[in-house]
Amino acid sequence: MISFERISKRYGEGHDALREVSFKIEKDELVFLTGHSGAGKSTILRLIMLMERPTRGEVVVNGRPLRKIGPRAIPHYRRDIGVVFQNHQLLFDRTVFDNVALPLIICGYDHREVGRRVRAALDKVGLLSRERAMPIALSGGQQQRVGIARAIVAKPTILLADEPTGNLDPALSAEIMHLFEAFNQVGVTVLIASHDLALISRLHHRIITLKQGKLIAGGAH
Amino acid sequence: MGRGGASQSRTRLRDRYNSWLRHHRLSAADSLHRVLEHPWSSMLTWMVIGIALALPVGLNVALDNAQTISTSWDSPAQISVFLEADVTSLTARKLTLELATRDDIAKTVFHSREDALAEFSTLTGFSDVLASLDQNPLPHLIIVSPHADGAQNTAALLQEELQARPEVAQAVLDMEWLARLNSLMELSRRIILAVGGLLVMGVVLILGNTIRLAIENRRDEIVIVKLIGGSDAFVRRPFLYTGLWFGVGGGGISAFLVGLSLWFLERPVNNLALLYQSDFTIHGLGIMGGLNLIVLGGLLGLSGAALAVSRHLSSIQPR
Ligand SMILES: Nc1ncnc2c1ncn2[C@@H]1O[C@H](COP(=O)(O)OP(=O)(O)O)[C@@H](O)[C@H]1O
Ligand SMILES: [Mg+2]
Repeated sequence: MISFERISKRYGEGHDALREVSFKIEKDELVFLTGHSGAGKSTILRLIMLMERPTRGEVVVNGRPLRKIGPRAIPHYRRDIGVVFQNHQLLFDRTVFDNVALPLIICGYDHREVGRRVRAALDKVGLLSRERAMPIALSGGQQQRVGIARAIVAKPTILLADEPTGNLDPALSAEIMHLFEAFNQVGVTVLIASHDLALISRLHHRIITLKQGKLIAGGAH
Repeated sequence: MGRGGASQSRTRLRDRYNSWLRHHRLSAADSLHRVLEHPWSSMLTWMVIGIALALPVGLNVALDNAQTISTSWDSPAQISVFLEADVTSLTARKLTLELATRDDIAKTVFHSREDALAEFSTLTGFSDVLASLDQNPLPHLIIVSPHADGAQNTAALLQEELQARPEVAQAVLDMEWLARLNSLMELSRRIILAVGGLLVMGVVLILGNTIRLAIENRRDEIVIVKLIGGSDAFVRRPFLYTGLWFGVGGGGISAFLVGLSLWFLERPVNNLALLYQSDFTIHGLGIMGGLNLIVLGGLLGLSGAALAVSRHLSSIQPR
């Protein structure tokens, strides 16, 4: 499903964010990506999203080598991946419903189908009653759940999350992680970057550990 | 299998067309909504565009009207035909009548040399001197008015033709003022064209800047849309519509402004025309002219938006 083959990434002329990183994630897996700040977790997710290109090595997603996906093909490729990224949050000038509907609008669903799917997604994250609310009226945990609903509403085969529990208290964080586990149960490949080792080590999934751009544990399974 | 595949791809094509159409409708409505959401700043943009377009268009309409006036004036040129000294009064009168029957001549007036001498002596007071002359030194004169609808060069041709006749000593075309007027009009037309070109460029730049600000305001949204798979065309569309609405509104305002100023001028112009016993009436833009202005505004809006979008959208990428 996702395979990194001796991937190195150097930003500009600076230092190497990733060095010869190799791993494979199968369909139906939920994998955590951990390491200190600056270890290269976000870089791995950005490479999968084609927000960056590797300096060396090959990334293959769903059997497609990403090297072969040109700029014009990127949008279509991204529609098959749901993302929950910290710095790309909700649009605060539209309702919860409109935020979650965005990926479906992009895919061109008609409005009846959009309504049906958005409500199904909001139902899964437990926010069906808040579809008309503005994001600003929601708590941090609820906003995060709206973000997750947006990530899964178009039924992607892969779900990526970068520090999805960043600002949440332990109880809410666990709740969010259980949500990801639920999506994984129905066949979505899930990759979560998190430095919250205490939380993720309790969840019994594979953990890939990075240290200064090198993979030090969890590469094989 | 072949049949099934073909019909399936046809429905997929129809689906894609439908969703494309749906997003156009959505973008158009959403952009219009955003433009109307800030009525005052949108009105300001519309006014700026409207005034910038109304100026050259209004001047051009005024010039068109001036041209109708100048061509509808009677006798734009006159030809003074001085006859040879040996032409008798009878021949001269015959010639006057003959010329009057021509198609390209509206009117002829005969001034005999005797009349001319009498007029000259009363005007100058040289009657004693003139009486002492044994011969009238003045020639017979025919004033020829070419037809009004004739262009400048038909008058010139007529003058040459008259000059070539044996009875004619000299035919003088008095039309310098007309040539001057025409070249003045030509000059004004060019100035308006140049000013209009500059203003149109200004409109495109203003719209481009407005759209640039709109893009800047929605930067976060663009990043998110690109991250979740929105194509460039998808991201571009609402901004192109924003440009279109600003342009169309500006075109509408300019049509309104031109109409308003013509209405303002109509009464005094009609009064003036009445005084000069002319049946001249002022001509406006007309419905088609107004629609053309709106279409022009829309096209300028689209170009401005396309300019801004091509320069600023590609640099906004998720990081
Ligand atoms: N756009 C960038 N330009 C230069 N250096 C970067 C950029 N993004 C990340 N880095 C560097 O690459 C390293 C890995 O970053 P990142 O993948 O964000 O780590 P993590 O997500 O594990 O904190 C860090 O040292 C960071 O400073
Ligand atoms: Mg990070």
